Amino acid sequence: MPPTPHLLAIGLTPMQHPEFVHELRESLQNGARTVAYFAENLPDGVVALTALLQEASGLRVLRGHARSDAQVPALTVQFPQLHIFEREIHEQTGLAMPGHPWLKPVRSPVEPMSSYRFFHMEGKEVHEVAVGPIHAGVIEPGHFRFLCLGEQVHHLEIQLGFQHRGIEALLLQRPLAHATALVETIAGDTSVGHAWAFCRTLEALAGVTVPLEAEIVRGIALELERVAMHLTGLSGMATDIGFLQGGTTWGRLRTTIINLSMQLCGSRFGRGWLRPGGVRFGIDPATAQRLPAILTQFQRDMQTITALFETSLSVNGRLHDVGTVTAEAAREVGLVGMAARASGVELDQRVALPDAAYGQLPMPLCAQLAGDCWARAALRVDEIAKSIQWLHQALAVPGLADVPLQAIGALQPDALAIGVCEGWRGEIVHALQTDGQGRLRHFKAQDPSLRNWFGLALALRGNEISDFPICNKSFDLSYCGNDL
Amino acid sequence: MKLASLLMHLLGLFLLPFLLPGVINRVKAWWGGRRGAPFLQPLWDTRRLLGKQPVYSTVTTVVFRLAPLVVLATTLVAALLAPMLPGGGLLPFPNDFVAFAYVLGLGRMFLTLAALDTGSPFEGMGAAREATFSVFAEPALFLVLGTLALGSGHGTFAELMRPHGWQAFLVTPLCVLALFLLLQIECARLPVDDPTTHLELTMIHEVMILDHSGPDLAMMQYAAALKLTLYAGVLAGLLNPIPLETQPVLAALVSLVLMLATAVAVGLLESLLARLRMRLIPQFGIAIAVIGFVALVLATTQPELG
Repeated sequence: MPPTPHLLAIGLTPMQHPEFVHELRESLQNGARTVAYFAENLPDGVVALTALLQEASGLRVLRGHARSDAQVPALTVQFPQLHIFEREIHEQTGLAMPGHPWLKPVRSPVEPMSSYRFFHMEGKEVHEVAVGPIHAGVIEPGHFRFLCLGEQVHHLEIQLGFQHRGIEALLLQRPLAHATALVETIAGDTSVGHAWAFCRTLEALAGVTVPLEAEIVRGIALELERVAMHLTGLSGMATDIGFLQGGTTWGRLRTTIINLSMQLCGSRFGRGWLRPGGVRFGIDPATAQRLPAILTQFQRDMQTITALFETSLSVNGRLHDVGTVTAEAAREVGLVGMAARASGVELDQRVALPDAAYGQLPMPLCAQLAGDCWARAALRVDEIAKSIQWLHQALAVPGLADVPLQAIGALQPDALAIGVCEGWRGEIVHALQTDGQGRLRHFKAQDPSLRNWFGLALALRGNEISDFPICNKSFDLSYCGNDL
Repeated sequence: MKLASLLMHLLGLFLLPFLLPGVINRVKAWWGGRRGAPFLQPLWDTRRLLGKQPVYSTVTTVVFRLAPLVVLATTLVAALLAPMLPGGGLLPFPNDFVAFAYVLGLGRMFLTLAALDTGSPFEGMGAAREATFSVFAEPALFLVLGTLALGSGHGTFAELMRPHGWQAFLVTPLCVLALFLLLQIECARLPVDDPTTHLELTMIHEVMILDHSGPDLAMMQYAAALKLTLYAGVLAGLLNPIPLETQPVLAALVSLVLMLATAVAVGLLESLLARLRMRLIPQFGIAIAVIGFVALVLATTQPELG
């Protein structure tokens, strides 16, 4: 059986924490990568640790228990990809995690932050620039501290958490019928990606199999979102470097794509399209026949503006060798999705863990080697082309019109379900845990931004401070997706 | 002739600083596929700003409040010296081009001091960049003006505009090119600075006026636009073939058209180019100086068969 993007663990016996840590270390040493690692506070002062690992054979889950005063050693020094997870676990459960070099809160409220000591540097020509959390543009809040030598950035420290809404706790308080609408707001620019990861997780718990046609419609929603957001990124990058034609044309082309989503589901951002059990809107044959012509026209305009962008000497000069993250660094700190692929890490869960839709219509993997801002722009261009090809194939699949929602019945009690979805930014991971009565007990959502923010900090080292905006845009990470 | 010159200067002082940025913006809008704002939008913006009450940060001192006045005053004085058309400035005196450069320099000094006065790291960075890049722009400007002085054999700004002798065919185009590129640095245009960006970390000129508001901001913006007009005027003067003595009206009109053409050229450049990365801007300044130097060498070369 090929690996699947979802996993259901029933009656998993948790290991004691020394054994758990040992298993985790063994697996990572054998080349597994961490997909997620999180904790849940259980009654009686017990902390349940869950690690989701991706091995050659597919996803594997490790479960461990520790008393909240136990000394669970941090593995970050040996495996830096764990750094953000162990910080989050420490913050959410209070587990000591000895040996972690930097237990800075991930999204702590502001008050305890006043006692936090930011990195500091002294010397001639050294100066610090603090930006945010309130910004000049209409963007989300985040605080950036640049430790600079003149114009050169020595290190960038990023402080997030200003958007924390408590989504994970909120979801458990709501009726299940309202859950997906909430999930769509985890990161508003990835509504479809998060909705799909959540639906997949809940469907695994309910034992529901969604028909292929509905999965294809979901794929169409996801790829439209990917194309639209990649265009936003390209348009933003062009604007940031003052390349007017790219900024305006890509912005206009994005409207074409989000208007397609609007026509198909009534929301330009694909909200309310995906629901547990399938999709709320199919695609009737007339529309499915009309769309390919629009996509072809789109692709023609896209090629024209892309050629202008790629052949412009000033654009080339501005983007090459700026904000470089090496493949080694990307693997080491556990970058995911687009940012990882731009650094030459071949990681795409649509390829590695295909579901029914991507199993039927395989998605080729795109990657770039340079890891700089140019690579992240070029990767977007490639992925848009591949997504458009995929959309052409998907729209030719018969029977997309009539895709009734499957009923979600009782959930499997005492089970852990995990769903992974490759959104436009990278892998989205959702986990749901039920109690003995089959009610939801714990919800964990993970946006790719959580892991990639540190990549941005790495990208900026040794670069100029005036390159920060273009580096930031080339990663295009979500603040609220990190803050939850 | 005097009347045409005076009219041209009044036009230059009070209308062109609003019209030229409007033309640049309209060219960019067209190139980007948009309709664009009215040509005189900067004028309406100025009127709006003049009706506002300025806000002052409590950490700023009198320097911050004085700076817009000084910047405005120095730019206006520079405008009296600069030739808007081949006739010359309103207050010509020997070697007035040196005064022109350093009166603007005084304005720049107050601009950067006011930026430092706010205590904001952004503004401090902008001030540092402005000061650094002007170090590279200044020699370039003097190489160009000195070349013109040699080429024309005169010492007032107005007379510089007419290099003579066989070298003029080479010297003038080189000086025009150097001055046009210098305009990108001095007037904070692409590819050196991006006047439309909202990203403080990448700004040079815009970041220094972030804390100014209301009439103060209006003064700063007007002064910056006037500086652009002055540079366009000098370029137009160099290119204008019509002698003012015989055909004053035509000469004035041709200069006006040339200034508008300069604005269109700036707009086109901004539509087609991406910005330089910050560390290449000094090299950009040096390149202009090299062009100026080549012009200087040409201007001083004696023809073998003359």
